[in-house]
Amino acid sequence: MTDVGISSIAGYLPRLRLSKKTVAQANSWIAPNLMGKGKGTRSMANWDEDSVTMSVEAIRRVLGKDDDRSHVDSLFFASTTMPFVDRLNSGIIRAALTLEEETACIDISSSLKSGTTALIQALDKVKSGSSSYSIVSASDKRKARSASAQELDFGDGAVAIAVDNKDLIAKYINSSSLSIDFIDHFRQPNEEFDYNWEERWIRDEGYLKIVPKAIEELFSKANISGSDIDHFILPSVFPRVDQMIAKKCGINPENVVDNLALSTGDTGSAHSLLMFASILEKANPGDKILISSFGGGSDVILFETTDNIKNFKPEQTIESLINSGVEENNYMKYLTFNDLVKWEKGMRGEQDRKTALTTLYRHNDAIMGLVGGKCTKTGTIQYPASPISVSPNSPDLNTQEPYKFAEKKAKILSWSADYLSFSVNPPNHYGVVDFEEGGRIMVDFTDVEKGDIDSGMDVKMVFRVKIVDEIRGFTRYFWKAIPV
Amino acid sequence: MATGIRDKVAILGMGCSKFGERWDASPEDLMVESYVEAMEDAGIEPNQLDAAWFSHHIDDIGAGKGGTPMSIALRLPNIAVTRVENYCASGSEAFRGAVYAVAAGAADIAIAVGMEKLKDTGFGGLSPTNYGTLTPQIGPSGSAPGNFAQLASAYRAKHGVSAEDLKRAIAHVSVKSHANGAKNPKAHLQKEVTEEQVLNAPMIAEPLGLFDCCGVSDGAAAAIVTTPEIAKSLGKDNIISVKALQLAVSNGLENQHNSWDGSYFHTVRVAAKKAYAEANITKPREQVSMMEVHDCFSVTELVTMEDLFISEEGNAVKDVMDGFYDADGKVPCQIDGGLKCFGHPIGASGLRMLYEMYLQLQGRAGERQLKNPSIGLTHNLGGQPANNVCSIAIIGALDS
Repeated sequence: MTDVGISSIAGYLPRLRLSKKTVAQANSWIAPNLMGKGKGTRSMANWDEDSVTMSVEAIRRVLGKDDDRSHVDSLFFASTTMPFVDRLNSGIIRAALTLEEETACIDISSSLKSGTTALIQALDKVKSGSSSYSIVSASDKRKARSASAQELDFGDGAVAIAVDNKDLIAKYINSSSLSIDFIDHFRQPNEEFDYNWEERWIRDEGYLKIVPKAIEELFSKANISGSDIDHFILPSVFPRVDQMIAKKCGINPENVVDNLALSTGDTGSAHSLLMFASILEKANPGDKILISSFGGGSDVILFETTDNIKNFKPEQTIESLINSGVEENNYMKYLTFNDLVKWEKGMRGEQDRKTALTTLYRHNDAIMGLVGGKCTKTGTIQYPASPISVSPNSPDLNTQEPYKFAEKKAKILSWSADYLSFSVNPPNHYGVVDFEEGGRIMVDFTDVEKGDIDSGMDVKMVFRVKIVDEIRGFTRYFWKAIPV
Repeated sequence: MATGIRDKVAILGMGCSKFGERWDASPEDLMVESYVEAMEDAGIEPNQLDAAWFSHHIDDIGAGKGGTPMSIALRLPNIAVTRVENYCASGSEAFRGAVYAVAAGAADIAIAVGMEKLKDTGFGGLSPTNYGTLTPQIGPSGSAPGNFAQLASAYRAKHGVSAEDLKRAIAHVSVKSHANGAKNPKAHLQKEVTEEQVLNAPMIAEPLGLFDCCGVSDGAAAAIVTTPEIAKSLGKDNIISVKALQLAVSNGLENQHNSWDGSYFHTVRVAAKKAYAEANITKPREQVSMMEVHDCFSVTELVTMEDLFISEEGNAVKDVMDGFYDADGKVPCQIDGGLKCFGHPIGASGLRMLYEMYLQLQGRAGERQLKNPSIGLTHNLGGQPANNVCSIAIIGALDS
């Protein structure tokens, strides 16, 4: 029987790391009990990032820059913070990545174990032969009330995994899942925030009973014991719960994988898999890695690394992602980005941002996938494509073939930092970028601060929220440029 | 080959309202103000008007769509009124319609009125514009200053100009215009400013500060045109005629093709070449007496000096700093104060520029009067550097 497992994995973290000390100090007058959590940082999404955009970025790192992505035949997207309750969120991701329309796109949501659940589903799908290459991506950008513990515990991030039947870096051994209606927290549609029950009950009756039960079942199925586990993954915002469970299951507590609480915070659905990515960067061939998750029950998945792990060199490791973050000490910026304060947006913020869905669909490849055109006669590359080519002196009719811009290198031609137009993160940076192979687009720049950009600078394209239509509750996506 | 418009049409009369924050005035009041002055200047009665053009950009807040707002405001005798809109060059477009109607022989006397009532929008600057359904989904959510400011970064990169030198040169552009505007009772802003004030003003869009941006105001301007023969038959002497009228419109090249470097206006160069040919001007730097250009932003004016072939490419900073375009320079620019001091009621601006050139050519510009100007050029640009319409008009003494 063919082995299945994973052939690649990559994480994505937003650029900013919110200083927890800054948050704790700002709230110490009203929540002095949170001062103890005021250590380290948590990842903080830009205002124009959500679970979908972060997933797109993680998956791009797995797929690489090749235009041909036809080998991806299924896509699982896991999140508890999907931007749309009714619109296929994985379908947005498919469009952004220009995957084939035939790609099976599946949203998995409603619990913090959705990431591991999606991974198990993808593994089963590839194992059964109904898919030969599946992408699993888990992502969360959870909102938390100001001055809450969750605000300090949570982090924003995404992870993507290629589930494959060849070139495996880690072979899938077995898994077990428990579905238990243990309500440590909940959130109904249209509610912005979780409602949480008492921490001690969650720890003692939840984590410490449910996770070991799932682990024991897996050990029994795989015929192994805790002492066989080289790396144990369990995200939890409660200190030492992972150690306690390891001990309970006979796993060496030294083999508990760092939960990144002091750097990224808990990235929700993504977190088990993000920790998985972090340990694969360091693992040796033959290592047994036990991934577990908690939420509406528990998933436990066992992998064993192969010899290929020695050659696993991700474009950017989780460690370097963490280290490349920029510390943010402006708590108000975090509150504003996350719409946690009522701030004055000015008249320019009032502009009706209704999206013509007909136009969006008619130009779906151009808008969602950043696909332009290349003239078959002159070779002129342009964005967007048009019936008549923009080639000077050669206005050829219907000569353009689709041309993908998203992965191409580009340079800034002209730019400005605009304080007048509406922006959640002023000044509003935008300008013209010229692509190395040809073509240009006037785009927004994101993840930049005043003084960060200039003409001639190298940029790359990222998929982001363009605007939010607050009247109709619609998020419009497009591509922006960031400095390389 | 077309023979062009040169000396086929004469300006019979012009009028211009007081520009500014006209809280007191309705769109109708502004139109009437410019119309009454133009009609008195022309010395004709309403029933002598054969056709009318009305330029107005923002229809949802100002006077409304169509030709009726003008016809009703001026109680025109049920003649044809065509509303035109071509971004910020709308005023010049109304003039072009009226001039062409006369040149075609379809009208003996035609009138163009441009009006905009920006101060009813509630915005400090221009209100955001609707660009259809696709552009908002793929274009940046920017503003006019942010779009024009990009000229600066591209110009600096191309010509190796330091940020400080460019900032100082564009500051001088504004200082010069304010000095001119201070002498104009119809200008919105009538105060001089210092270079230091301009350099230290709050930033609007890098590198453009507050004083690098034109004002936002209400206003209207009007022109009445006819044939030189009719003008003479009405007893006019000192007749000012149209020498050239050109309009060049972007076709997407700047926005989509790598051949444009972002530092200049492609359309201005196209329109300028055609306009000079039409007006029989071979050495613009020597032959053009004065200009009113579209100084929506100081950097726009600076690069336009090159695009109009007055300054050599890469030399505008030096010419500006040498005072070449000052009131006492070789080619005074914005002698009325420009958009900088008049503000930019969009539909009116092109006609307002012509009004000053007309006054100067007739020797009626009062304190601002230049010595014996013979050729006046107006440059009226709409859109933004990467996607725009450029109108150039040249007027001068008939048969000069």
